[in-house]
Amino acid sequence: MAKILNVRNLEKSYSSGSKNLKVLQDINFEVEEQKTFAIVGPSGSGKTTLLGLCAGLDSPDSGSINLCGSELSTLGEDKRALLRNKHIGFVFQDFQLLPTLTALENVAVPLELQGNKDASKIGKELLTKVGLGDRIHHYPSQLSGGEQQRVALARAFSTRPSILFADEPTGNLDTETGQKVEQLLFDLNKEAGTTLIIVTHDLELAEKTQHILRLKGGRIVENQEKHV
Amino acid sequence: MSNNKTFKPGFSWLFKMAWRDGKASGKKLTLFMASIVLGIAAVVSIQSFGENLKDNISLQSKALMGADYKIDSDKLPNERVMQIMDSLGGAEAREIKFASMAAFPQSEATKLMQVRGIEGRFPFYGELETQPKNASNRYQEEGAALVDATVMLQLGIKPGDSIKIGKVTLPIAGALNEVPGSTAMFSSVAPPVLIPYRFIEESGLVQTGSRIDYEFYFTAPPNTDMEKLDETLDPILDAEDADLDTHTSTSDRLGRRYENFGKFLNLVAFIALLLGCVGIASAIHIYIKEKLRAVAVLKCLGASKKQTFLIYLIQVAFMGLIGGIIGTALGLVLQQLFPWLLEGLLPVDVEINFSLPVIFMGILLGILMSVLFALYPLIGTLYISPLQALRVIKEETKKSRKAIILVSVGIFLFIFLFSLWLLEDWRYSLAFVGGIIITFSILAGVAYLFMQALRKYFPHNWGFVARQSLLNLFRPQNQTLTLVLAIGVGTFLISTLYFSKDLLLAQASIESQANSPNMILLDVQSDQQEAVARTIKTNDLPVLDNIPIVTMRVQNIAGKPVNEIRKDTTSQINGWILNHEFRVTYRDSLIASESIESGEWTAEAGDINPVPISISNNFAEDAKVSVGDELIFNVQGVLLNTVVGSVRTVDWSRMQLNFSLVFPKGVLEDAPQFHVLTTKVPGQEKSAQLQQELVKEFPNVSIIDLRQVLSVIEDILARISWIINFMAFFSIFTGIIVLLGAIRTSKYQRIRESVLLRTLGAKGKQILNINALEYIYLGVLGGLSGVLLSLISSQLLAWLVFESPFTPSLIPFLVLFPGIVLLVLIIGLSNSLSVIRKPPLEVLRKEVK
Repeated sequence: MAKILNVRNLEKSYSSGSKNLKVLQDINFEVEEQKTFAIVGPSGSGKTTLLGLCAGLDSPDSGSINLCGSELSTLGEDKRALLRNKHIGFVFQDFQLLPTLTALENVAVPLELQGNKDASKIGKELLTKVGLGDRIHHYPSQLSGGEQQRVALARAFSTRPSILFADEPTGNLDTETGQKVEQLLFDLNKEAGTTLIIVTHDLELAEKTQHILRLKGGRIVENQEKHV
Repeated sequence: MSNNKTFKPGFSWLFKMAWRDGKASGKKLTLFMASIVLGIAAVVSIQSFGENLKDNISLQSKALMGADYKIDSDKLPNERVMQIMDSLGGAEAREIKFASMAAFPQSEATKLMQVRGIEGRFPFYGELETQPKNASNRYQEEGAALVDATVMLQLGIKPGDSIKIGKVTLPIAGALNEVPGSTAMFSSVAPPVLIPYRFIEESGLVQTGSRIDYEFYFTAPPNTDMEKLDETLDPILDAEDADLDTHTSTSDRLGRRYENFGKFLNLVAFIALLLGCVGIASAIHIYIKEKLRAVAVLKCLGASKKQTFLIYLIQVAFMGLIGGIIGTALGLVLQQLFPWLLEGLLPVDVEINFSLPVIFMGILLGILMSVLFALYPLIGTLYISPLQALRVIKEETKKSRKAIILVSVGIFLFIFLFSLWLLEDWRYSLAFVGGIIITFSILAGVAYLFMQALRKYFPHNWGFVARQSLLNLFRPQNQTLTLVLAIGVGTFLISTLYFSKDLLLAQASIESQANSPNMILLDVQSDQQEAVARTIKTNDLPVLDNIPIVTMRVQNIAGKPVNEIRKDTTSQINGWILNHEFRVTYRDSLIASESIESGEWTAEAGDINPVPISISNNFAEDAKVSVGDELIFNVQGVLLNTVVGSVRTVDWSRMQLNFSLVFPKGVLEDAPQFHVLTTKVPGQEKSAQLQQELVKEFPNVSIIDLRQVLSVIEDILARISWIINFMAFFSIFTGIIVLLGAIRTSKYQRIRESVLLRTLGAKGKQILNINALEYIYLGVLGGLSGVLLSLISSQLLAWLVFESPFTPSLIPFLVLFPGIVLLVLIIGLSNSLSVIRKPPLEVLRKEVK
């Protein structure tokens, strides 16, 4: 199967006061299309930084990232934004819904950015699919955490992305709600045929994916292919 | 899922996003909008009223003069002038005008009046408004007088009573409400009385030394080019000591005079607007800070830098547009108040119309100011990384240095250009922008130094509440800079306006020393002086001064005749020196308002030739002469050689007789002269009694009661200061709105911490005390900095503009400063109450989300 993400010799450091902190070093891995992939590791191991780099939200100090056939280092910020809009979906730990927009408007934004005239119609369909058909005009502050994350899932899948990055998607939810959201995430992913990359320290969730990449101290300590 | 029908997301999507986001942030944006409403209202009301006044003056220019043009002179026109007037078809009306005492036998009152002897059917335009109406048609034929309506009312005079002017007594035909050529301000000191020209000679008032104006009125055929007529004839008439004034030049001059006052008020209004802009900048700064996470999310979803920037720019521009519209509408309503506020100071009745260019300016100003002052915080959206959406802790966005410089240059360029448009002088505009930069820099510097000092010398041993309140002042996301700027600029403006008003009023006040005269007797002939002095003394009053006055003109300056200087286009000498008839005195000592700047004072001339005279520093400057330069004077036909012996500094603001030229004793004693006597009368009754006696015995003597003049000046200044205060209120209210905005927006930062403190067990009182102390510190720092800065600016104004000593009033320290601190405290605490009264979780849910 074709590779949708190819990461080579990736390094990233941040300066903290007078010190230079190496957050990621010698990172090499690749992800095949339509696969589910988990990045796990303890806090401070560099999971979220790696996710941000892979999604083109930040630039590495060295190394290369090829995403959906594009070498990220050759793209400017706006080109990367376009790539994200076309090919990438995001699910965040704290949902990151735009607080001033209703649920429907939140789901419609990525489609509108693509210039899709049916944004609203698709948005309604997706919200109905995630069980929020009756709450489409509610603002995020009027929804529970689980409901907000379901809106975020609908938004992430609205543009039928090639790859979806999920950063601790159940981290802010109680166990029961988290499991429901997990199930919805995998169901939607299966239906859309999207590649799914989940950053988590929930090993149970990681076990449900086809591939686990384990990080520690900014390095890969395990790159395990599984057959689920 | 449905089939995708795509289009390119353009401006319509950006507007849609701006609207969606804006409607949910309405409250916060409303405060931002409110900051500029009053500033725009102030600018629009003054600008619009100014335009209306200019239009009305222009429309009523003929009625203001009463003719198409006039030729006037302060002496009887010579043959050349008569020839010119004949060549113009001859004057259609003539007038002789001078100030003199008038007596009203029925009420036994006297009054200094402007006597206007008129011949011909003047005015040709406009009308003499009289009561009864037909009095204006009858007075010439009946040989009667028309007396200023206010005087008649004050003195209880009725039509049919009589008026005695010099030696002539005339019946009063009616009350004069309005007459072309009499300004309201001068009319307050010497109200007009119109009499037929033929009685002037009979009055016996046209004597040596009397200040008399001869005016000849003309009408012109339609389409006469007034400007060309002025250009052709004025230089010729000028050489003959006469002037040509057209109705257009008069209205232009009048218009300019009021325009200058308007410009000053406009500047005050503009400052209110700038203060509002501080509000915009601080409100948008915090607004955008709250939006940065959303911007990062939008960028994650694929929005470009430009798109996210434009969404918020559109919101700001839209709010600016609404602020502009509301401000403009308010300004147009407010301008209706100006005719009432300026009653008695305006030369014409002003009909208020709506000026389209001003409306356009107001709205444009709203958009431009909002966008410009919001740009600095807005560029933060360009540089926020989408990675922020993943991070729990907010990172400071790094803005491009180039963008910051560009925005700063844009702001100052706009302020400079707008003030240039208002002031029409690049030096003043530059000084204005410089002043603003210095003021803002000093206030920002004070805030910065205060925070640095707190960090360095933090009182760790203080109690919890005191420490927390101090910590609030310099920790991340503090509001110290914003509030010190807003409070400081507001206090600075209000306090400077207050001090300036004091300076203006101090200039006009009479020193209340025992020997300061309060009554001046003008035009006392040499043979009358002893008798006049006797009359004063028999009333048990002192003769404080007996000042001899000799009139003369300059003939030669430093060896060059004035006729040659007039022709010399490169000459730097001021025209008034060449044409003015100087009233000169002689004495052997300096008076209180004078001091020697250079050279030596000569008390007695003796046989010294040329005569060493003393000139004032403004004469020296305008005539381009200094100590040692020779001047020749024409003393009523006799040439007199003099040399500049000394240059004096003269305090012209003192209400006493000051002179540009002072001769030593022993030179002018035998020249034709008249005298000015001064005395001090204790009260109104005594003043009236003395005036009656003097007018009866010496009808040619004019009496100025300085207390009356002062009350007129005080009345005028009171009106002017009323308007200045009125404009200052815009700054005050804008300051309050800015303050409200700044505190309100910072509320969203503070609530989480206050709630956390409550959750950790802090009592409501403790939270209230922390906030109270913080707002007291900020109020004191901003307010005190503002008052102290205004002391510096007022001292500079006193030196450079008013040229008078400045003794600061305590009012800004005792009233304004504590008032501002209290206001900041009240507004600040009103925000904290919501935290204390409700359970922490409810507040967190409601306020933070």
